[in-house]
Amino acid sequence: MVLVRKLGEITLGGLQRIGTMGLFLANAILCAATPPLKVSWIIKQIWFIGFQSTLVILLTGAFSGMVLGLQGFYTLNRFGSTALLGPMVALSLIKELGPVLTGLMVTGRAGSAMTAEIGIMRISEQIDAIEMMGLNPFRYLVVPKLIAAIIALPLLTAIFDVVGIFGGYFVGGKLLGVGEGTYFGEMSNYVRLEDVLEGLYKSLSFGALIAWICSYKGYHAGFGAEGVSKATTQAVVLSSVLILFWDYIMTSLLF
Amino acid sequence: MIRIEDIHKSFNGFPVLKGVSLDVKKGEILALIGGSGHGKSVILKHIVGLIKPDQGGIFIDGIDICHLKGSELESLRGRFGYLFQGGALFSSLTVFDNVAFPLREKTKLNEEEIRQRVVHQLEEVGLSDAGHKFPAEISGGMLKRTAFARALVTKPEIILFDEPTTGLDPVIAHMILDLIRSIHANLSFTGIIVTHELGRVFPIAHRVAMLYEGRILAAGAPEEILSSGDPIVRQFISGSAERPTQFSER
Repeated sequence: MVLVRKLGEITLGGLQRIGTMGLFLANAILCAATPPLKVSWIIKQIWFIGFQSTLVILLTGAFSGMVLGLQGFYTLNRFGSTALLGPMVALSLIKELGPVLTGLMVTGRAGSAMTAEIGIMRISEQIDAIEMMGLNPFRYLVVPKLIAAIIALPLLTAIFDVVGIFGGYFVGGKLLGVGEGTYFGEMSNYVRLEDVLEGLYKSLSFGALIAWICSYKGYHAGFGAEGVSKATTQAVVLSSVLILFWDYIMTSLLF
Repeated sequence: MIRIEDIHKSFNGFPVLKGVSLDVKKGEILALIGGSGHGKSVILKHIVGLIKPDQGGIFIDGIDICHLKGSELESLRGRFGYLFQGGALFSSLTVFDNVAFPLREKTKLNEEEIRQRVVHQLEEVGLSDAGHKFPAEISGGMLKRTAFARALVTKPEIILFDEPTTGLDPVIAHMILDLIRSIHANLSFTGIIVTHELGRVFPIAHRVAMLYEGRILAAGAPEEILSSGDPIVRQFISGSAERPTQFSER
């Protein structure tokens, strides 16, 4: 009986949390869809989430492409198909690795900072101060992050993909001898617009997901430094898991 | 103007307010005193609707703030100024921008009018040279004065002060209370000051209410509270560590 009650409590608690998170997102979307939009705050967030993540995206994109070029070359070599290295690297990056790894990197670099920033504002009563001025904190703290992440993620993913493709070419072409024409020529034969759109839709949804989860966790951070640190950890873990989960769902739907 | 009717509030099953009723008249300054953790700040947050009571109501000019939502609540809050215990300044904005924030976001004043209002307000709190600094670069006293300037800049009808002088040196504390007195003389705002520092606040308060174990134990003019025969009130005023209230009971 105790076990059943406990199970019921956990289930109800879980459902309540999902409901609260859903309402949080609905409120954010409503605020984003109605004026006034805080454009300067959005630009600041694009700078923070987008521009300041560029270096980490360049590095991860380059190395991911290089690993793909290396692994892909030796795998394809077994079947005598090294000419398909370009399409293999490009499709892997554009459809899957680009959006997912960009999402995970942005979660680690900017998502954690979003949660910590909002969490500190919560515990130092800055959010209460905004409310006290008769203003809606969502317009200042959540909406700019949501819109900025939705804009920045596809752009960062595009950078990741391009750098990755050139990383793959550097290893496959320059070091292992696949011809430039073969690498890029075959790519244009095999990569379709739908593949690019698939990556774009994924990165858009990952941007929304990161801003949603990380803002939510910060907004509901517990007391003190421990509360903020716990919220930050939870935000990074939950966002990362949900990115992979949502990636699977989208891949199933878009294929 | 402010009427609190029998509010009850518990946090995680622990009752903090157990039936608080209180009236604050227009233009009056009420000092709300009581020990740490007895719920003084919780009452302030109830008054502005940041916390909803489990039971009871809070009426501002007859309007129950507990049932307001959205734009109605935002517009009622526009009548308030709130000095938070820790200042609650925006760390990413300078002192000037912190004070200008409510004017930029809530009024239609142009940038020049805003500049004049902010400069005047900063002068009033003695911070005319600190406008370009960030909250992390200023002292605790300056931080509180900045927060005070931000609470005043919109010329609110009601100002709530959550421990305005706690942690400040005696000179700055005195200055802040003098400022509250002089601004009250000009604006005639209605104010509630939550404090432990009785000696400093009694001269500027019109009435004093003491909160004890989630209820208002005593309320009246400062002289009435000072001459109260209630042993708990007397102990709080004298600051004695002897019974009736001891550490183990707090």
